[in-house]
Amino acid sequence: MQPGMDHLDALEAQSIYIFREAFARLKKLALLWSLGKDSNVMIWLARKAFFGRVPFPALHVDTEKKFPEMYAFRDHYSKEWGLDLKVDYCPPVEAIDPTLPPAARSAARKTEGLKLALNKYGFDGLIAGIRRDEEATRAKERVFSPRGTEGGWDVRDQPPEFWDQFNASPPPGAHLRIHPILHWTEADIWAYTKRENIPIIPLYLAKDGKRYRSLGDADITFPVPSTASSIDEILVELEGTKIPERAGRALDHETEDAFERLRVAGYL
Amino acid sequence: MNIIASNLASNATLATPNGTTRPQVRIVIVGHVDHGKSTLVGRLLHETGSLPDGKLEMLKAVSARRGMPFEWSFLLDALQTERDQGITIDTTQIRFRTRSRDVVLIDAPGHAEFLRNMITGAAQADGAVLIIDALEGVRDQTRRHGYLLHLLGVKQVAVVVNKMDRVDFSAERFGVIRDEITAHLTGLGLAPTAVIPISARDGDGVSERTAKIDWYNGPTVVEAIDALHPARPLDELALRLPVQAIYKFDDRRIVAGRIESGGLTAGDEIVIMPAGKIARIRSVEGWPSSPADAQGAGRSVGITLDRELFVERGDVIAHVGSAPRDTRRIRARIFWLHEQPLAAGASILLRLGNKETRAVVVAIEKAVDPGELSSAETKAIARNHVGEIDISLSQPLAADPYVDNPRTGRLVIEVNGRIAGGGLVLSVDAGQRAVPVDIVPVESALRPDERSARYRHNGAVVWLTGLPGSGKSTLARALERKLFSDGGSPILLDGDTLRAGLNGDLGFSPQDRTENIRRLAEVATHLARNGHVAIVAAVSPLREDRAAARRIADNVFREVYVATPADVCERRDPKGHYAKARAGVLHGFTGIGNDYQPPESVELAIDTSSCTVSDATDEIERMLIRTGILFDEVTDLAANI
Ligand SMILES: Nc1nc2c(ncn2[C@@H]2O[C@H](COP(=O)(O)OP(=O)(O)OP(=O)(O)O)[C@@H](O)[C@H]2O)c(=O)[nH]1
Ligand SMILES: [Mg+2]
Repeated sequence: MQPGMDHLDALEAQSIYIFREAFARLKKLALLWSLGKDSNVMIWLARKAFFGRVPFPALHVDTEKKFPEMYAFRDHYSKEWGLDLKVDYCPPVEAIDPTLPPAARSAARKTEGLKLALNKYGFDGLIAGIRRDEEATRAKERVFSPRGTEGGWDVRDQPPEFWDQFNASPPPGAHLRIHPILHWTEADIWAYTKRENIPIIPLYLAKDGKRYRSLGDADITFPVPSTASSIDEILVELEGTKIPERAGRALDHETEDAFERLRVAGYL
Repeated sequence: MNIIASNLASNATLATPNGTTRPQVRIVIVGHVDHGKSTLVGRLLHETGSLPDGKLEMLKAVSARRGMPFEWSFLLDALQTERDQGITIDTTQIRFRTRSRDVVLIDAPGHAEFLRNMITGAAQADGAVLIIDALEGVRDQTRRHGYLLHLLGVKQVAVVVNKMDRVDFSAERFGVIRDEITAHLTGLGLAPTAVIPISARDGDGVSERTAKIDWYNGPTVVEAIDALHPARPLDELALRLPVQAIYKFDDRRIVAGRIESGGLTAGDEIVIMPAGKIARIRSVEGWPSSPADAQGAGRSVGITLDRELFVERGDVIAHVGSAPRDTRRIRARIFWLHEQPLAAGASILLRLGNKETRAVVVAIEKAVDPGELSSAETKAIARNHVGEIDISLSQPLAADPYVDNPRTGRLVIEVNGRIAGGGLVLSVDAGQRAVPVDIVPVESALRPDERSARYRHNGAVVWLTGLPGSGKSTLARALERKLFSDGGSPILLDGDTLRAGLNGDLGFSPQDRTENIRRLAEVATHLARNGHVAIVAAVSPLREDRAAARRIADNVFREVYVATPADVCERRDPKGHYAKARAGVLHGFTGIGNDYQPPESVELAIDTSSCTVSDATDEIERMLIRTGILFDEVTDLAANI
């Protein structure tokens, strides 16, 4: 018998492999839980990898500007899923480089919050749910992506990574970003969410002709016109759309290099 | 990933909810710098209607801001430095659809400086498009990328001859390049599936055969991509389940890993390599529920066994009767990405599957630059070059030759925590010395473990190299005394002493010196194979000679570089040799010239000018414990199940 695997099975198997490599090779891991569709899929995959448990903390770096539905979701499912939830806060926006455009400045708070949390707990690996299809600089990421001691990303000198052999030896004081769903697309996330019955925040479904495709801070994230009120309808909508996923994220559109600058400095 | 879109249960299992099964194929675009890879990717996305809204306008604006005509390459070259320099630095991926399939296009950089990024991209591909500038023709990265595709196991390649607009769409020029590249690739066992004339910038040949290339009647780029096959699953091969981890979150002891080939199901009788322990699969575990059916290649699984065995990360689970070889010796064809060339004697970290072990490069052959047409062989493998290496492993592991299993037949090499090279396993247990047919060696009456149980150590050749007067003999004698007083069996082989008898026929010519070392190594190895620790103290100035000694002694060789500075050695001058040499009455003396070649990587280096003899001896002992020669007090042989 040839046990067949479909597209989602293959994505899942690869992500589980990455999770297990990270857990085997790093000492102190945390999963960055932003409460969005991608990080919920990540938690699900982690539970598959470790047979129902998430054997490291789920870290929410809270900007305190998320939608109320997101906080409700966090408080409910952290308990239901038995997560070791850690919530840490970002510094006030006044403490951030005032030369940045407004949305970027707001996003940079999150980078700072992340740095504070890294120092506080001493993590050597942060698992993050970014995907290649979201944004052009993310498309250049490695699965195991080394960061400098300041959390910076040296895009000009990324190490070779092939055959699922990962560079997992961060120098002292530095950390690794691990990207278990880098190879997934937005449509994959929804198809898998549906297949596995993973709970979602209702803001993703259309209400009054609008829905959120991507959830960030409430003040810099905007809904897009949509009538998709179920995951099936979202999938049909994605099939036909030519509007990029992060169109509703103000931060991506301020200047040509705004997003790259943020990422080089340590943003997700 | 082993993707094959078969056996789809329902629409819901598809990322595309249109009810069709669409295979996914991953294609890398490679070729020399500036030949138009990124431009072609941009153009392909445009012509297949795959660009998101606003992208074209964005590209126009970005090009205009830099005072350039429209640049397709800016779609993928998203980094500021890439756009500013007009060059791709790192690999990227983007998706589009053809009539029959979902395509993941992998753009790779063409500049030699970023070969590591090209490999990162190309290693994930099922097929490749090799691009050649019609005006420039085949260049060094064209050849190098072609060779690497073959090393990376990419077996299908389509060639495009780009920038045909720069040669007035000349069919003749196209023919010349087509013949040259076809011959070259065919020589690598990689005959192109198509050779297509195009202009990526203007679109000719990309999705349409335009009037300008009316003399051409082969496929367009889109058609050629449509004809490349997705990766075949590895279900037909023998089971290989490399062990990633053992989990004991509850009362189950789960062995977790990804099935690289073959398949498994509860009840299977398996063998755990390299130890060769036998067990049965009791259950296949999963969450939220455990799978009821057999599991095939590509699945990440967890299994429990019917008995308590010692299993660890890096072991490989196979079916009884079709297990991989266990070996301490591998021959591999590799590509090398590190600035420092890889030389014989180098100590490396090797990863094969989930196994990690230290290893020593015993020999290097066929080191060449695959970018050159007729490249001279070199002794070391330089950056971006390829070669064949013999590796001696400090721990045994399970491996297959690449031709038998592409997944368990490939390895990477790490230097300072960063991947520095990789390649294919040509053979396991290669490089074993052949036993001449008419000589029948007589085996010892004693088994090795009988001796090691008494001596509390395994046999070894401890090779002390260094300048005259560096302290080799002093250290050798101190080590001999120490091992002996601990109940061991050390035997001192001093180069000068042996010259008085066994090597009395040898002088100091280069050939004689090499023969001197060879005899020392042979005698020492014989002693080591019989459980003794042979301590060799010999200047042995040539790296090549020491590498030869290492080849003879193989995995019991431990090289100690006595790295006392030259001026200190000359001041010591215990035998008066430096003085004689300076006076011109001692010829062929190593020390006052620069004819001593210091080792590049050894098991241990000691500077005796900055430590006592007993400190230095302790260090050697610690190294011998660490590398499995001396038994640490806490080691209990019987505990090894
Ligand atoms: N005339 C002409 N120019 C082209 C064509 N295709 C690409 N170019 C130009 O060639 C230059 C290099 O193109 P790229 O696509 O950046 O080349 P590349 O192979 O991706 O380069 P690297 O990734 O840096 O190795 C750009 O200025 C393109 O506009 C073509 O068909 N005709
Ligand atoms: Mg390019």
